Amino acid sequence: MADKVLMKGNEAIAEAAILAGCRHYFGYPITPQTEIAAYMAKRMPKIGGVFLQAESEISAINMVYGVAGAGFRVMTSSSSPGVSLKQEGISYIAGADLPALIVNVQRGGPGLGGIQPSQSDYFQATKGGGHGDYRLIVLAPSSVQEMADMTAKAFELAEKYRMPAMLLADGTMGQMMEPVELPEPSESKVEKPWAVTGTKKERKHNIINSLYLNPEELERTNFERYERYKTIEENEVLYESYKMEDAEYCVVAFGIAARVSKNAVNAARARGLKVGMIRPITLWPFPKDVLAKAAEQVKGFLSVELSMGQMIEDLRLATACRRPVHLCNRAGGMIPSPEEVLDALNKLKGECEA
Amino acid sequence: MTVFEKPKALTDKPFHYCPGCTHGIIHRLVAEAIDELDIEGRTVGVAPVGCAVMAYDYFACDMVEAAHGRAPAVATGLKRCMPDHIIFTYQGDGDLASIGMAETVHAATRNENITIIFVNNAIYGMTGGQMAPTSLPGQVTQTSPYGRDVATVGLPIKVSELLSSLDAPYYVERVAVNNVKNVRNAKKAIKRAFQNQVEGRGFSLVEVVSSCPTNWGKTPEAALQWIDEKMIPYYPLGVYKDRSKEEEQA
Repeated sequence: MADKVLMKGNEAIAEAAILAGCRHYFGYPITPQTEIAAYMAKRMPKIGGVFLQAESEISAINMVYGVAGAGFRVMTSSSSPGVSLKQEGISYIAGADLPALIVNVQRGGPGLGGIQPSQSDYFQATKGGGHGDYRLIVLAPSSVQEMADMTAKAFELAEKYRMPAMLLADGTMGQMMEPVELPEPSESKVEKPWAVTGTKKERKHNIINSLYLNPEELERTNFERYERYKTIEENEVLYESYKMEDAEYCVVAFGIAARVSKNAVNAARARGLKVGMIRPITLWPFPKDVLAKAAEQVKGFLSVELSMGQMIEDLRLATACRRPVHLCNRAGGMIPSPEEVLDALNKLKGECEA
Repeated sequence: MTVFEKPKALTDKPFHYCPGCTHGIIHRLVAEAIDELDIEGRTVGVAPVGCAVMAYDYFACDMVEAAHGRAPAVATGLKRCMPDHIIFTYQGDGDLASIGMAETVHAATRNENITIIFVNNAIYGMTGGQMAPTSLPGQVTQTSPYGRDVATVGLPIKVSELLSSLDAPYYVERVAVNNVKNVRNAKKAIKRAFQNQVEGRGFSLVEVVSSCPTNWGKTPEAALQWIDEKMIPYYPLGVYKDRSKEEEQA
């Protein structure tokens, strides 16, 4: 087993990206993710890679679009307000069917919000964010180890399905230090005959584009893309199931909220309340089937979120509202305590047994 | 004997441009430069949003269609990952000087080793003739129906002058394509802007004063005259930045 190193979550993302063969990083400073840029600024020149501080998040994502068009592994990172600025470029990347990694180390919003951790960009990440019909593969790490592992996974999935992937972390994940076993070096194994690497006058020119003035053609590209999305929903769902075997209540939480909730699950069990947790790791594709199945087993669900309740909508859809779904949330950079989650669980139990 | 041929760097796709529009001439000059430098196989072009949005169909090299104004950022990405390739953008005045001004100025100040062909026809053509950042004072457009009122919307941006105030960019020249002499000069400037990149010199931008007969409401001939009478006096032709000269003097 490889040695573990103590790293900040943001640094783990950066090093994991380099290990995954990413040699192109474009970003703009914003708290609480700037360590990623700082790490890349230090490392990239030493390994023949490219670090460039762009003039804006808009430029950064368009630099990503250029590199992705040429078929290289490429990433950008930012935090909530900056990720809003990137949405135009993300839509173009999705529309041109290009692989790329976008990291969002979320902070509280809306507007300039604050710099403390949040999960309030869930809608933006999972429902589109930019204009048009498209999806992102959205991975939600809940440890520094997963920050590293999911970075590698995101590059792989983005290339496999020719689409942008997002690592949706939060300020806590980005700033906290934990021991991490860095992933093995990997590289792109996907052929990219579509890339704009120069025709060498040996082939017809490639065009990276999302413009289709003929509506029938544009419709066709949308339907084709959604066929691909269907395959992803069938094959790429990731989640963690914790103490669900005999659970009567189910907590659903991701990222830092899942770390807090795990403590609450254990505390509840110590008090004789049979609680389990399902932690979505892919937020899109959302683990709908496992939650639908859980609805046959448990009496109620508790969605624990660092937002005003965003994932809870997907949870209600997945479970078709067959069981009560409660929300335990803090917002604006606040994090619920295990006690708050436990209180919410007791209230849920009270309602379900009334 | 062949006396006139289509450049190889152009595809066979017929242009969609309006009668009398000078985009066709400028496309041809770009393609001639690519042919003469024999760089088509390693060139990637970036098309804008605007009348030249479908330039990706016309140039035979690999092409990328950028979001409005973002071409210099996209070109930066392409150049940074493929330093030996030749990367050019082809942008209009709304794209480059309005929505994409930040991308333009910062690519210039990084002396990004790319070539920008900037077509200034003082109007938004594709959307049907709205006021551009380069529309002349008093110019009537769909969104300045009483003429560009400098008291409320300010004066035009002179891109070549503005960029030449930066220390970094290697080469900035303004040309026109409204008569044979000017077209010949434009060809020289465009070829040089590509040659600079081949030699690794850095940021090269050629501003091409162009016409838009359709949205100017003029015949093609009258539009070419208007360039002489109105456009060139406001946008004087010439070399605005040439660091090869500065280097000679140093």
